Amino acid sequence: MNDFAYAAPTSLAEATKLLQESSGSVKILSGGTDIIVQLREGAREADLVVDVKKLPELQELNFSATHGLRLGAAVPCAQVYDDTRIAAAYPALVDAAKIIGGWQIQSRASIGGNLCNSSPAADSIPALIAHHAYCEIVGPAGKRNVPVEQFCTGPGKNVLQKGELLVALVFPPDLSHCSSAYERFIPRNEMDIAVVGCGSRVQLNAACDTIEFARIGLGAVAATPKYAQEASEWLAGKPANEDSYTQAGELAKKVATPISDMRGTAEYRTHLVGVLVKRTLTTAVERAKSFKNP
Amino acid sequence: MAKKTVVTAEINGNSTEFLCEPRQSLLEVLRDTLHLTGSKEGCNNGNCGACTVLLNGKPVLSCLVLGVEVEGAKIETVESLAQNGQLAPVQQCFLEGAALQCGICTPGFLVATKALLEKYPQPSEHDIRFHLANNLCRCTGYDKIVKAVQTVAAQ
Ligand SMILES: Cc1cc2nc3c(=O)[nH]c(=O)nc-3n(C[C@@H](O)[C@@H](O)[C@H](O)COP(=O)(O)OP(=O)(O)OC[C@H]3O[C@@H](n4cnc5c(N)ncnc54)[C@H](O)[C@@H]3O)c2cc1C
Ligand code: FES
Ligand code: FES
Repeated sequence: MNDFAYAAPTSLAEATKLLQESSGSVKILSGGTDIIVQLREGAREADLVVDVKKLPELQELNFSATHGLRLGAAVPCAQVYDDTRIAAAYPALVDAAKIIGGWQIQSRASIGGNLCNSSPAADSIPALIAHHAYCEIVGPAGKRNVPVEQFCTGPGKNVLQKGELLVALVFPPDLSHCSSAYERFIPRNEMDIAVVGCGSRVQLNAACDTIEFARIGLGAVAATPKYAQEASEWLAGKPANEDSYTQAGELAKKVATPISDMRGTAEYRTHLVGVLVKRTLTTAVERAKSFKNP
Repeated sequence: MAKKTVVTAEINGNSTEFLCEPRQSLLEVLRDTLHLTGSKEGCNNGNCGACTVLLNGKPVLSCLVLGVEVEGAKIETVESLAQNGQLAPVQQCFLEGAALQCGICTPGFLVATKALLEKYPQPSEHDIRFHLANNLCRCTGYDKIVKAVQTVAAQ
């Protein structure tokens, strides 16, 4: 690994100052499960590594039934899924947190880092999109909010400017008759990269037979994770049944512009979009129904 | 070269001070500086789990932690398991259950198992396979490892 200096600021002001004023290349370190590998392999270079785990705002995990969830950018996956209230309210997020690497990775890897690494195949991003989460970003010019689906701009690229860091992901409150699911397709059971990933969230009517509102997020189907807007909007008012899920899957395929690689051809990936949209909608609806009478 | 930093951490119950460069991993520090060679380097990129240690009670891959990050932390390595020359029950069960062949993966499995049994004293087979999925073994085929964990949990 190339030589670098290390700093672990304890306030946001100190962190943004360090990030802004450093002359060489600066890299942020959260759980390190991407960045340490990239620095070691020479895929990235740093003169200064800024560890953001000591910033209190980035360690916040604040859930309230009325306000929703504030997930500090550096909170590790295992802490997210070990919290039973979060598991109940944000199942797609928890599905994703549980399949990012194995337990040792999950003890360190943060959802914020997964998003900032901005891999098109990152597991948490379609779930974040389905949950309608937004990013709270702080930089020299102050605070700004960006919806998750607008955060990534290309493979490994995102909207963060010099001096900026992701502080938290903010989720709207959970509602009754509402639930979600994330699934990815991989050729084996554990520790693999998604060939396609899909997160879906549904809001049902009181009778639980009609979808009032839905959001579908897709991963590994384009240069950035995608919000399947047309499919999501089409689902509003449709019966919660297999025909609707199939039709939504067809519409979701329209946002897929996948590449062919050794993990799957473009045609195969497009087919998988239909399969996974259907599966995650089915699971999300089942979960939403069972929440009616817990 | 970036300045070496003095880091103080509690390692296997002892307050320990070491000097390291920011780019050195915790695994390098443990093995090369502190001569705690129980943690193994299999892949050095987070895939194999042979370098697993507990960091403040949580299982982590020491090849993906910087030495400078553990200032003030509590670290437990496989060396903390045996006490006064007596193997810990988990080590005894791996040995008697032939849950190893070449042994490279074993320290990582033992440390991850210790953490697993603290979280789930009576783990299901699913719990065991889920929590040990980040530990790869090229030799055993895993069933003997799963059985050894079940044996120690039953004790
Ligand atoms: C063996 C292994 C298996 C894996 N399996 C999966 C998998 O199945 N699915 C999956 O999606 N991923 C997987 N990953 C990658 C996953 O661990 C990472 O994407 C992780 O979530 C990143 O979080 P981190 O906290 O470790 O980030 P870091 O590595 O610390 O940082 C990641 C990137 O984000 C930047 N960054 C971090 N925090 C911030 C912030 N607050 N503000 C601005 N920038 C920031 C860093 O500079 C860096 O570029 C795997 C990794 C390994 C090593
Ligand atoms: S050496 Fe650390 S995971 Fe393989
Ligand atoms: S015993 Fe050889 S790698 Fe597991």
